[in-house]
Amino acid sequence: MNYSTLLIAVLIALGGAYLLGRNRARTLASQGAKMHSLPTHYGALVALWTTLPPLLLLLLWAVFETRVVDMLLTLQLPESIRLAGEADVRLALSKVHNLAKDSSLMAESNLSGAAAHLVDLQARTSLLKGGVILALIFAGLGLTWRRIQPDMRARGEVESIVRKLLFLSSAIAVLTTLGILASVLFEAIMFFQKVSPIEFLFGTTWSPQVALRADQSGSSGSFGAIPLFTGTLLISAIAMFIAVPVGLMAAIYLSEYAASNVRQVAKPALEVLAGIPTVVYGFFAALTVAPLIRQWGETAGLDVSSESALAAGLVMGIMIIPFVSSLSDDVINAVPQSLRDGSYGLGATKSETVRQVVIPAALPGIVGAVMLAVSRAIGETMIVAMAAGLAANLTANPLDSVTTVTVQIVTLLVGDQEFDSPKTLAAFALGLVLFIVTLALNFVAIKIVQKYREQYD
Amino acid sequence: MTNSNLTTRQKVEASMARRRASETRFRLYGMASVLFGMLCLVVLFGDIFSKGYSAFSQTVLTTEIYLDADYLEISTTSDEQALMNANYEGLVKNHFKTEMQPSGRKERRQLYSMISAGAGWQIQKEILADTSLIGQTITIDLIMDDDVDQWFKHDHGNDDGSTRLSEAQLGWLDSWVESGDLHTRFNTTFFVNGDSREPELAGIRGAMTGTFLTLLVTFLLSFPIGVAAAIYLEEFAPKNRLTEIVEININNLAAVPSITFGLLGLAIFINIFGVSRSTPLVGGLVLTLMTLPTIIISGRAAIKAVPPSIREAALGLGASKMQTVFHHVLPLALPGMLTGTIIGMAQALGETAPLLMIGMIAFVVDVPGFINDPSTVLPVQIFLWSDSPERAFTERTSGAIMVLLGFLIIMNTAAVVLRRRLERRW
Amino acid sequence: MSIIENHKTDGKPFCDSAKLSARDVCVHYGEKQAIFDVSLDIGKNEVIALIGPSGCGKSTFLRCLNRMNDTIDICKVTGEIVLDGGNIYDPKVDVVPLRATVGMVFQKPNPFPKTIYDNVAYGPRIHGLATSRVDLDEIVEKSLQRAGLWAEVKDRLHSPGTGLSGGQQQRLCIARTIAVDPEVILMDEPCSALDPIATAKIEELIDELREKYTIAIVTHSMQQAARVSQRTAYFHLGQLIEVNSTDKVFTTPEHQLTEAYITGRFG
Repeated sequence: MNYSTLLIAVLIALGGAYLLGRNRARTLASQGAKMHSLPTHYGALVALWTTLPPLLLLLLWAVFETRVVDMLLTLQLPESIRLAGEADVRLALSKVHNLAKDSSLMAESNLSGAAAHLVDLQARTSLLKGGVILALIFAGLGLTWRRIQPDMRARGEVESIVRKLLFLSSAIAVLTTLGILASVLFEAIMFFQKVSPIEFLFGTTWSPQVALRADQSGSSGSFGAIPLFTGTLLISAIAMFIAVPVGLMAAIYLSEYAASNVRQVAKPALEVLAGIPTVVYGFFAALTVAPLIRQWGETAGLDVSSESALAAGLVMGIMIIPFVSSLSDDVINAVPQSLRDGSYGLGATKSETVRQVVIPAALPGIVGAVMLAVSRAIGETMIVAMAAGLAANLTANPLDSVTTVTVQIVTLLVGDQEFDSPKTLAAFALGLVLFIVTLALNFVAIKIVQKYREQYD
Repeated sequence: MTNSNLTTRQKVEASMARRRASETRFRLYGMASVLFGMLCLVVLFGDIFSKGYSAFSQTVLTTEIYLDADYLEISTTSDEQALMNANYEGLVKNHFKTEMQPSGRKERRQLYSMISAGAGWQIQKEILADTSLIGQTITIDLIMDDDVDQWFKHDHGNDDGSTRLSEAQLGWLDSWVESGDLHTRFNTTFFVNGDSREPELAGIRGAMTGTFLTLLVTFLLSFPIGVAAAIYLEEFAPKNRLTEIVEININNLAAVPSITFGLLGLAIFINIFGVSRSTPLVGGLVLTLMTLPTIIISGRAAIKAVPPSIREAALGLGASKMQTVFHHVLPLALPGMLTGTIIGMAQALGETAPLLMIGMIAFVVDVPGFINDPSTVLPVQIFLWSDSPERAFTERTSGAIMVLLGFLIIMNTAAVVLRRRLERRW
Repeated sequence: MSIIENHKTDGKPFCDSAKLSARDVCVHYGEKQAIFDVSLDIGKNEVIALIGPSGCGKSTFLRCLNRMNDTIDICKVTGEIVLDGGNIYDPKVDVVPLRATVGMVFQKPNPFPKTIYDNVAYGPRIHGLATSRVDLDEIVEKSLQRAGLWAEVKDRLHSPGTGLSGGQQQRLCIARTIAVDPEVILMDEPCSALDPIATAKIEELIDELREKYTIAIVTHSMQQAARVSQRTAYFHLGQLIEVNSTDKVFTTPEHQLTEAYITGRFG
């Protein structure tokens, strides 16, 4: 039985169990028993005990089935393959899986034994799975149903189970962070066993392709990530150069100057910019902005790369404008009116008040907002993947082509992945750097903004 | 007060010209910034639209073609296998060879290349639908190759030599245009086909189905989990260190680059749990983790907006905390939570980067049927097509972007309308 | 004790040496009218107290005197207010020099998040009143001295103004206002957020400032009005009911509403 059938079975059991439990409670009540809880509580309790254990088992099964099956299968492989190494075993296993799917191929292969075993195994586990799940359903149903008695505290039990489920849901956020950390950390450690962290963090040559033949030059690849870091910083800097002044001035204009009807139109219009998918910006950058810049550059006699950092940075800046403006808007609105009044009362003009009182007062919040924007620019992937290049140039010239951390992660992981080659693992090392840097930026920025808000609350 | 003899008023008056100018300048900077933002929006939309509107029409050639039973070696009694395998492409080529009389092999090849490789499939479809057509002459709109399509839609009438078509081809085309046989129609292919290497046959149905399945998984997982987490944090969580960590975590997670979620999906869901790559299932799992912070944060705001008096009223009547939350607080907070969920789903709909990591970038021709079929999603399809050099693909990429933006506009409008209609002001 | 339609102000709303004279001032907040045809003179170098129950429009009227109400979009002022012969609501008038001439101190102390020195130097700097650094130092010192704060802060001029106590903050705000060297100072319940000792210091200060400035003070406390002012104006529901010398208002008020208020029958 496959997962969807079993899931449907569990869902049917859920409804059935609820009705059975509720009816038993009603029957007892109608016979004159004084029930502790409402019939629906008994129904819910039976339903929970009937479906939660099988659901948990299904989840565990889904997680471990492939690994257990593959382990058993490995034992069935011919000795020669088993001893040849992990990569060969994996290859053979996938062949076995293919053979098992298409029986017509099975005859003429040295793996046919293993394949036949797999077919057999699959049939048996499927049967076993179905049996165990059904047994759990009925066991849960029967046992809980029998426990329904007038003095049973069904409500308390249901509530404590639900409370635990609610807690588990909120714990998923923490698990996600740990999951990200673990997933990048383990592969990154494997990477650092092959390439020294010093070389990775301070090397200036990035050419991750591992040579096909041993005698080719640079056969082990070169993993100096400095050009990636500078490329990321260059593009982020260009983006910030656009987004911070424009976003901040737009926020100031909308909150201090604009009439309310202008604000009502302009604010949502700017926010639309934030809702446009990054892949659309990437397309715009690569197909419209980059050629335009190249054209202008040529008429000005400049040598502009077709994948210039400027194009990606400009478009990224446009994307981040609404981000900066809406965060700054919140921050500026949090500055108390009394400070503005104090300044106006002394005869300051609006711009003097904004520049010398409102902005200094809002500065911590604005710094926090800009940090969040920087973190966003560093982590942005699609615009740079589509509009920035792959060439790891160590340059500060915005007309040159540079590459970024995120572009390299995408490039290294799209296509064939070999989890024993430094090329694939390098992506996780880059991911680790990216995660740590953005997490630190976000953490500090969120703290700053929170502190700032409390100051004027 | 000051050493000079001027009064304050005189000194202030003296400074006014400079200060008024500075005030005007500052105001103009502000206005220019807002206008710049709006201008970017207009240019972006205008650019996409001008590149993409033509993706919704398709050039076809109305042809009367004789379905020669002898040539195809089939008859009304043939079994399906024979009907499937007959040489329809050859039939189409033959038809045009006799009709247009190309001279020499080069011209013949040029002639054939003007008809889409899908023309044979069109004939096959007709015959499979109605075998009685065999041996008859039918009138059919044959799909043209993308070069012809682009020429007819864009270059026809203003030949600037940019077309890749040859003299002979242009001659045939002119005659078809004159007879009115060559015309455009609504591009249904774009909506009913999956991906293809041939631009004129490529469509977004596969990507749209993939997107739908992925978002379905995302919604089914993230909505209940997000709502449950919001309820726990807002109503039940003790105010202690652990809760604080969870809260900080959620806020940080909302700002973590999306690509790292892709790394998690690859390392944990695929490599450890063995979920198959490129499927809506694994895509949905990754997007669930990504949208959860958004849903939890908006869910908490919605619960906070429910006034304490409601809780006190329910608790005062003897309801348990759990009953109060589920019977009174949750129904009132639900519209707000739903709004947040729609916004989260809209984010997920536009997300590309993490899905590249988990292999949803594969070239998938077939339309996925279930959550564990290999598939791609609309933004990734856009990413894939944008890399293709053909002009026709640029057009289709823009067309796909228009469809994507259309969905986003619908979802965001729905969120705004829902908020206006259902959110109560206390 | 009902409101009198088009009440004519009792007492002596006008005086000979008027610094500011308001004539038929009406204020509307959107649809709602907050001030009804108020006419009042404020004499040179006098302290006038504006009193009345909450929501009577006394603060609104005060804010008309240097056009602070301009910062509120929905607020519309009609009538005229003449300062030294010119109507301040003339469309040609710029609020910047006006507010430099008619300074304002607010209910809640609102020092800028800057140093004490920069708070006081803010006005002279924006208006270009000081020609040199030495000049500016002198203005700051004199202003702080006049506000009676110099001795307390002279050793920490460069620490943040927000670090001072409430009373000190309010005196800092007064120093900030007099640093611009205005001619009129408007005070909107300047002591309502302060303790009695701080209040006494401010009242003393107001008395000293009278020599040089014309002061209008809105206050909730009748004792304060009696202590600091020479004339008192009583507002009720947006109308100016009575204006007289402070002694007369508190001993033999002309209007029954004034009497009811000062005897504590409402307020």
